[in-house]
Amino acid sequence: MTITEPPTRPHVTRSELFTAFMKVGISGFGGVLPFARRMLVDERKWLTELEFNEILALGQFLPGPNIVNVSIIVGRRFHGVSGSLSATVGLMLLPLVIILVLAAVYGHIAEIEAVRGASNGVSAAAAGLMLAVGLKMARPIQRTPWQVTTVVVAFIAIGVLRYPLLWALGVIGPAALAIAWWLRK
Amino acid sequence: MNGQVLLDVARQFLELSLLSIGGANAIISEIHLRSVEVEHWLTDADFSQMFALAQAAPGPNVLIVSLIGWKAAGVSGGIVAIAAMCAPSSLVAYCVAGAWERFRNAPWRIAAQAAIAPVTVGLVLASGYVLTRTVDHDWKAYVVTATTLVLAMTTRFHPLWFLGAAALLGALHVI
Repeated sequence: MTITEPPTRPHVTRSELFTAFMKVGISGFGGVLPFARRMLVDERKWLTELEFNEILALGQFLPGPNIVNVSIIVGRRFHGVSGSLSATVGLMLLPLVIILVLAAVYGHIAEIEAVRGASNGVSAAAAGLMLAVGLKMARPIQRTPWQVTTVVVAFIAIGVLRYPLLWALGVIGPAALAIAWWLRK
Repeated sequence: MNGQVLLDVARQFLELSLLSIGGANAIISEIHLRSVEVEHWLTDADFSQMFALAQAAPGPNVLIVSLIGWKAAGVSGGIVAIAAMCAPSSLVAYCVAGAWERFRNAPWRIAAQAAIAPVTVGLVLASGYVLTRTVDHDWKAYVVTATTLVLAMTTRFHPLWFLGAAALLGALHVI
């Protein structure tokens, strides 16, 4: 992360990284990335918008949870390994405790009819949200025949035929890479 | 015996960490495959409830894995699952971050991005499809899924509104 660096990089301590990402972690419902952008770019001004976009692009490109990758890269930028650990532990700690407590409580109230009904409703809506996320992600992709084919093949192999991800990625990934490389300008 | 399950949890999520191209959403269908159909840590109904809980709780979506680990092996399973899910990919991210910028205009980087984007979209749509098949048991649930899909595509409401409305309808037995 050197090219778009501002002339004076803001001074950020490890505990600031920890608390800032902790705030991001507990404020995000249904995806925390928008909150990360608001905190890093608008509130604390640790990153420019362009820097954030580049870090996000890398976080999405690499394997792993996107927001965790972002916290690793941002932490590294300011304090190396200890910065990455501060940011990532800050991000995950409270939400992990909260969700395990919720799970324990839920185990006791799951038999209540209204709770089960609410849970079924949330699941059904969340499935619709997941499909919407996929369709929105498809919008900026170029509509070339090979890219559309790649979407369809990946969907059918994993979603309908339920092939193991390792095998499917092992075949579809290299094939898509080869075509993209062959068609590059 | 619990130790063996913990090892299985660690192994599955260490693998999934490096397979999760496109983030947590892209591997929901694979998590379902491994945890329900291969390892039998939980049932379809459990999976559907854990997914709802993860959606309703604050924090990154990836925390669904800590609920799967919790179902498999209790609190320690939940902690092992999230640590295993994050560690390998974080190591890769840390090591690649420095090199990435230097290759901003490299042809292989541009080709790789062009190739990965459609694969990711296919995986997320597959996750949505598998979820729909797993959680929707009657026509009313399908109506909720379809309505949410359409409204999420055409309006700018925060996703929490949809989840809240569906929770209310479910609690009142409208759906």
